[in-house]
Amino acid sequence: MANSTLTKKRSTAYGSTVALKTAMAITGAILVLYLIAHMYGNLKIFSGQEAFDGYAHSLRELGYPMLPENGFLWIFRLVLLASVLIHIYAAVTLWARARRARPAAQRYKVNKRVARSYSSYTMRYGGVLVALFVVFHILHLTTNDIAPGGRSDSPYERLVNGFQPEFWYVTLFYVLSVIAVGLHLRHGIWSALATLGVNMSRRQGMLNAIALGIALIVTVGFLLPPLAVTFGLVS
Amino acid sequence: MNITLRVWRQKGQDDEGRLATYKLTDVSPDMSFLEMLDVLNEKLTLEDEDPVAFDHDCREGICGACGVVIDGEAHGPERTTTCQLHMRSFKDGDTITVEPWRAQAFPVVKDLVVDRGSFDRIIQAGGFISAPTGTAPDAHANPIPKPDADRAFDAATCIGCGACVAACPNASSMLFTAAKVTHLGMLPQGQPERAARVVKMINQQDEEDFGGCSNIGECAAVCPKGIPLDTISQLNRDLLGSLGKGVG
Ligand code: HEM
Ligand code: SF4
Ligand code: FES
Repeated sequence: MANSTLTKKRSTAYGSTVALKTAMAITGAILVLYLIAHMYGNLKIFSGQEAFDGYAHSLRELGYPMLPENGFLWIFRLVLLASVLIHIYAAVTLWARARRARPAAQRYKVNKRVARSYSSYTMRYGGVLVALFVVFHILHLTTNDIAPGGRSDSPYERLVNGFQPEFWYVTLFYVLSVIAVGLHLRHGIWSALATLGVNMSRRQGMLNAIALGIALIVTVGFLLPPLAVTFGLVS
Repeated sequence: MNITLRVWRQKGQDDEGRLATYKLTDVSPDMSFLEMLDVLNEKLTLEDEDPVAFDHDCREGICGACGVVIDGEAHGPERTTTCQLHMRSFKDGDTITVEPWRAQAFPVVKDLVVDRGSFDRIIQAGGFISAPTGTAPDAHANPIPKPDADRAFDAATCIGCGACVAACPNASSMLFTAAKVTHLGMLPQGQPERAARVVKMINQQDEEDFGGCSNIGECAAVCPKGIPLDTISQLNRDLLGSLGKGVG
């Protein structure tokens, strides 16, 4: 087939798989940075109700009076929302591409994993779980529309009410989702670095260690507050 | 050795295909995998059955024609080409499943033979340098740092076998394309067309219905030539550079 002609229709590289991956990597990085800040905020639960509620309140005043009250928060939320939407759009597009590249009818009868990690294996369905969790999480702790244990104006009390032992299923779903986030980050951070062109053979181990390290810190950091409530260390 | 083979049989592109089971006795551990298939085909021919079609040429690991998926691994359990794999890598009594490369971009022609023309078209799109012909320049006219030369030569060992695509869960050909982009991009002769090359090759790759890379690493793990995974990062750097310069 060496002399066969090239296809006529030419795609543009701005919409290529590599460009989509880059969009996914950049938006993913924004979300990771946000998660780290969010985790730091959550850990203030261990400094007591005043510190935690004060911190939550100060986010609303950030940039004030340069920005209107809540202004910073809303800019922040828009950036996050845009990132999530772009990230999911790219993920779904690439998912569909992968399915077209090897349709279900062409799957191998025998398939062996040689190098692929569990975290890379769970990126897509794990990502869907994470998205569902984010929706639940916002309804629970931000808008308080879902309020196991009672509504409250104090973010601290919402948290403490929500993760009481009798709502073990809330805690369980939370724990599983945070682990899903951790797995997503384990592969996602490595993949984002490789997509952005940072990988070199002699760095590959280090990049994977960075991804694993951040994933572990984020996972543990998000698990501590609710588990502390469930086990009565914070009330 | 006694071996049970489950081999993918497919009469042509439109046939659905199925796994057929054959038993082989007296297989020598010193046979190569392809010689074992030759023995099977002799037997099938004598029994008036259609022999199994499989691709091969050099049988010394340099042409890239012979790839098949053996027990779920591209080129089988050793990191080499199928023709360089020997039956001593299997045990007496083993059942071995042999399937063709699976990708929309590699349609099955017959049995284990796939059409890898899509690779040729990626090369045609940009995997070359344009140079006026004439007498060869002096070998030392153009000094190249040793690490660059080494990297270019390592990438140049890619034989276009397609194992990377076969093993990739996304059926992406990134490792192949990245090997070519790295090979030419490390050398002075590759510079004039460097920014345009990566764009053209990626566009052709997407056109051919290969999937997108998600840095899983199955490709580099099965590559018989040990093309490193980081060539993919080099391709991404080149592509993002080109897009930044408006070469899209
Ligand atoms: C807290 C939310 C999320 C964060 C922090 C996050 C982070 C990341 C990062 C950093 C990457 C790597 C980008 C790259 O490969 O270059 C990634 C990849 C990916 N994400 Fe997310 N993501 C999130 C939510 C989601 C959601 C909701 C989905 C569901 C559709 C999703 C699906 C994917 C997929 C399919 C990949 C590509 C996997 C791969 O590269 O193999 N992510 N994510
Ligand atoms: S990169 Fe390796 S596996 Fe892929 S075509 Fe080249 S030699 Fe084969
Ligand atoms: S037949 Fe040439 S590489 Fe195997």
